Amino acid sequence: MPVITFIEFDGTEHQVDGESGMTVMETAMKHNIPGIDADCGGSAVCGTCHCFVEAAGPLPGVEPQEESMLGLRPDREANSRLSCQLQISDQMDDMTVRLPEFQM
Amino acid sequence: MNQAVTQKDGLPDPLTTPLDQLDVADPRRFEHDTWQPLFERLRRESPVHYQAHGPGGQGADGDFFSITRYEDIVEVEKNWQAFSSEPSIAILDPEPDMSVQMFISTDPPLHDDQRRAVQGVVAPRNLREFELLIRERTRETLDGLPVGETFNWVDRVSIDLTTKMLATLFDFPQEQRHLLTHWSDTATSDARITAGRGLSIDERRVIMIEMLECFTKLWHQHKADDRESFDLIRMLQRDPKTANMVDDPLSYMGNLMLLIVGGNDTTRNSMTGGVLHLHNNPSEFAKLKANPGIIPSMVSEIIRYQTPLPHMRRTATRDVELNGTLIPKGSRVVLWYISGNRDSDAIANADQFIIDRPNVRNHLSFGMGIHRCMGNRLAEMQLRIVWEEILQRFDRIEVMGPPVRTCNSFVRGYHELPVMLHPLV
Repeated sequence: MPVITFIEFDGTEHQVDGESGMTVMETAMKHNIPGIDADCGGSAVCGTCHCFVEAAGPLPGVEPQEESMLGLRPDREANSRLSCQLQISDQMDDMTVRLPEFQM
Repeated sequence: MNQAVTQKDGLPDPLTTPLDQLDVADPRRFEHDTWQPLFERLRRESPVHYQAHGPGGQGADGDFFSITRYEDIVEVEKNWQAFSSEPSIAILDPEPDMSVQMFISTDPPLHDDQRRAVQGVVAPRNLREFELLIRERTRETLDGLPVGETFNWVDRVSIDLTTKMLATLFDFPQEQRHLLTHWSDTATSDARITAGRGLSIDERRVIMIEMLECFTKLWHQHKADDRESFDLIRMLQRDPKTANMVDDPLSYMGNLMLLIVGGNDTTRNSMTGGVLHLHNNPSEFAKLKANPGIIPSMVSEIIRYQTPLPHMRRTATRDVELNGTLIPKGSRVVLWYISGNRDSDAIANADQFIIDRPNVRNHLSFGMGIHRCMGNRLAEMQLRIVWEEILQRFDRIEVMGPPVRTCNSFVRGYHELPVMLHPLV
């Protein structure tokens, strides 16, 4: 199981165990980590679970739906992801998930 | 149609009349607040419902599909390739000579370029500055209200506050801000969606051209006074992709209309709706009084329950199947957010107003997908501040009579809500 380190915009860190089958967004919600809203509940149609991900190993690719929402973000970076599209598996490496200042 | 008319809206019974004889988009159901049974029936009997006649007695060339379930609406929102926002996001097609172009009615890549140019107006840095300003204005407005006598909340609070904010967003002269309300109301008063009570196309054209002239002047004034300001017009001017928008009047006018209506009707009517819903649900108001920390959650619930924009429309770019029904290429597809927001398969006890409900942010009022509302954070902030300041000043807001609702299928709102303020004890 990968360890996920969420870092809020103000630098506050939260380290939690990722559970296989859950998404990174669901993990954040389960542990009440502030900074992710997930207004659409995980369908990649609202863009309010945006985050910046650093992981040593490979991540699931960006599908067109996720891309279309990320494309609207003025604060998009190369490692921008919608955390609802990152499903956790046992094979994944630990990852650091930085939260943006703001969800929009 | 020989159906007995027994409803207070003057329309045939929505539960017993054959569906093909009903006009789903009749604005009178919103005026009389009688829309719920029909949408409940559609969700159950015909969730992807074809109406062979256009709204408001128009013939077959106005035919459209109504999508009423939450999950189906999300499905359509997701698939912008098959469900285009061109040529219009309203049920009706654009009128001749009025085919203004706004980014909400475009698809990528043009949509993304124009939207990104103005998105920064609601970026965190701006919102922090707006928060101070909004709070100050909210206090002024609330401090000027009479206590213990009846007045119209819509004029004195909802319109006043949203228009001040809108003027700020454009760096528009505050002393002329009533014009923004006038233009916003004009833009949504198409006689074809207001049971004939709106303005004719000629009347609207004259007013819209007035707006364009005024904003063209403002564009040049802002251009000459290039100070650091994060208003919408200077943002368009600064982005290379929209820097010359003023030279394309239809595009400039269209996007102004979008931003004016988007920032006006929606927040205004949620500001009024909140007062009404809390009055009608005293136990929810008691929760609020006991725990003002609940305000952000309540704001989301108000926006869901009000659904200030009942629908948006898409147009099928190809034959596409939705929930077992074939939607032919070229069809108008109307997404009834107001119905999806009351879909009990997606939202528990959806017909109830519950200010601390779980997953309160999961509603359709802002739309979903690439056309999702870009002003949602600003709107939520405005509403949050209003309620924070109300609770510090007044014990409660009593609704003194029935609201006068708008007769409009695109804007669900209020002309009047008579209220009386009770002082803190």
